[in-house]
Amino acid sequence: MSSRKLSLLLFLSCLICLLLACAFGSTSMNFSRVLAALFWESSTADNIVIWQIRLPRALSALLVGAALGASGAALQGLLRNPLAEPGVLGVTASSSLLATFSLYYGLIISSPFLLPIYSIVGALIATGLLVVVAIRVSSVVTLILVGVGLSSFSAALMSLLLNLAPNPFSLADMINWLLGSVANRSFNDILIVSPFMLCGFVILFFSKRGLVVLTLGEEAASGIGVNLYRLRIAVILGTGLMTGASVALAGAIGFIGIVAPHIIRPLIHHDPSKSIVPSALLGGLILIIADIIIRLLPTSSELKLGVIAAIIGAPAFIWIAMKQRIAHD
Amino acid sequence: MTKLIANKVTYEVNGTSVIKNVTASLQPGELVVILGPNGAGKTSLLRVLMGLTKINSGTVELNDISCHEMLPEKRALLISYLPQSRPLIWPNRVIDIVSLGRFAYGANLSHLGPKDAAAVEDALSTCNLEKLAKRNALTLSGGELARVHFARALASKTPLLLADEPIAKLDPLHQIQVADLLRQYVDQGGGAMIVLHELSIAARIADRLIWMKNGEIFTEGRPKETLTSEMMKEIYEVDAHITEDSHGIDIRFKGTSKKIS
Repeated sequence: MSSRKLSLLLFLSCLICLLLACAFGSTSMNFSRVLAALFWESSTADNIVIWQIRLPRALSALLVGAALGASGAALQGLLRNPLAEPGVLGVTASSSLLATFSLYYGLIISSPFLLPIYSIVGALIATGLLVVVAIRVSSVVTLILVGVGLSSFSAALMSLLLNLAPNPFSLADMINWLLGSVANRSFNDILIVSPFMLCGFVILFFSKRGLVVLTLGEEAASGIGVNLYRLRIAVILGTGLMTGASVALAGAIGFIGIVAPHIIRPLIHHDPSKSIVPSALLGGLILIIADIIIRLLPTSSELKLGVIAAIIGAPAFIWIAMKQRIAHD
Repeated sequence: MTKLIANKVTYEVNGTSVIKNVTASLQPGELVVILGPNGAGKTSLLRVLMGLTKINSGTVELNDISCHEMLPEKRALLISYLPQSRPLIWPNRVIDIVSLGRFAYGANLSHLGPKDAAAVEDALSTCNLEKLAKRNALTLSGGELARVHFARALASKTPLLLADEPIAKLDPLHQIQVADLLRQYVDQGGGAMIVLHELSIAARIADRLIWMKNGEIFTEGRPKETLTSEMMKEIYEVDAHITEDSHGIDIRFKGTSKKIS
């Protein structure tokens, strides 16, 4: 299947799942009601439920999944490692640490754009550090370990913040943030983060061609005519912007960036440059579906999206890691 | 005609000269083999010639333009480079790896235009890889993989080629096959500079030998003139008996008087 056909297929699936997400919920609607409320009715109850609650929530899931899927695919291409992913490498953790910190100290009151900016800065610090490590050591294992260290350190500082929480309410706020969720998001929330996501995606999209040459290793790639320096900066910036923006919108959601590209890769002949767009769409699709399932599960309190993603994603990570050939390192 | 010239180049790493005052050149129609012990600066010389490292003094020019100021994609149209380590990570198809040789031409690598496709097909058939074209490269043997990397370099149809130990770790059959492909590339108008440790292969294919020691070029010349037991002693510190007959040059190692230090 060509990558374009694959992307088209995934895009259509995303549209269908967006409609499904609008239809399912505490009161289910049939499609004619959904379409009527979406396009030609106004100010009915259905209209409010869909435009104010279900659609922004589903769109948030789509955007967050897409950002994480694309970031994972790009990082895997740059670092030549199928286990690279914003969550595993500590990018998400570092981003949510800075976001929580800014929330905690009320640094974001002056402008709504400050939250995404803090989470993006957190993500950029982590990706930058990782790329410095990746240049200095060629070992894939070392890189993952540095990511794990980064992740643990962010988690430790986060625990410190939780420990110092002034009252149970702000503690609950922070924990909700950490678990990762797209519930109760509005179009306004989406509008605030979307410029950052868009910028990140555009950067990745226009630099992705160089990733294919990294298949041969960095030395051969620079001989073939890739400006490695520029490529690294572009991928850091692109993934930092996208991951940071997704954290600002939904908190920490892990493993999408590893699962989506892993499914896509064999379908596009393992070309890292071709996996970014389909991985983004598949990541979005997975999160919309996961969010629909969460809403339908009859649990006493609604499960968080990040929790479900980790419960499915972490075993997938272990499975992919175990399938790796040891000879690569 | 494409010409690559390094003039009085010195390249230091942490204050130690890796390359000292080296002058070397390469042009189409000649096959130059760089010989020398480990750590003599052979790989560094290739990287300097590619413009991949900053140099401390001297100049490296490709067609009278400084290699360091040339855009990587422009340079890639004139020189192909086969580095020593060629780690593959993804289970790519052979044809996709060979197609990477067309990157600098701006080719869309999954929908090659007619000219790019012809170059890739040409490289595959030269290296006898047609049957393996759709195979997963991670399942290939070392000999097959060496041909794949060479085919990638050929596909870029550059007038010059720099290769760092292209036949290391290969059995004699595959060594000769790849060496003869290199010779064929030069006979068809290419210019190649290769780092080798296989002396008999070097004697078989080289037009000119560059003998390096301690970051300097000790001497250079035709294999028949410079591949002597004196040179073996001087460069590699081994005692060798070298004879020549109608089949070529024969090297027999007798031992070394140098103690392991």
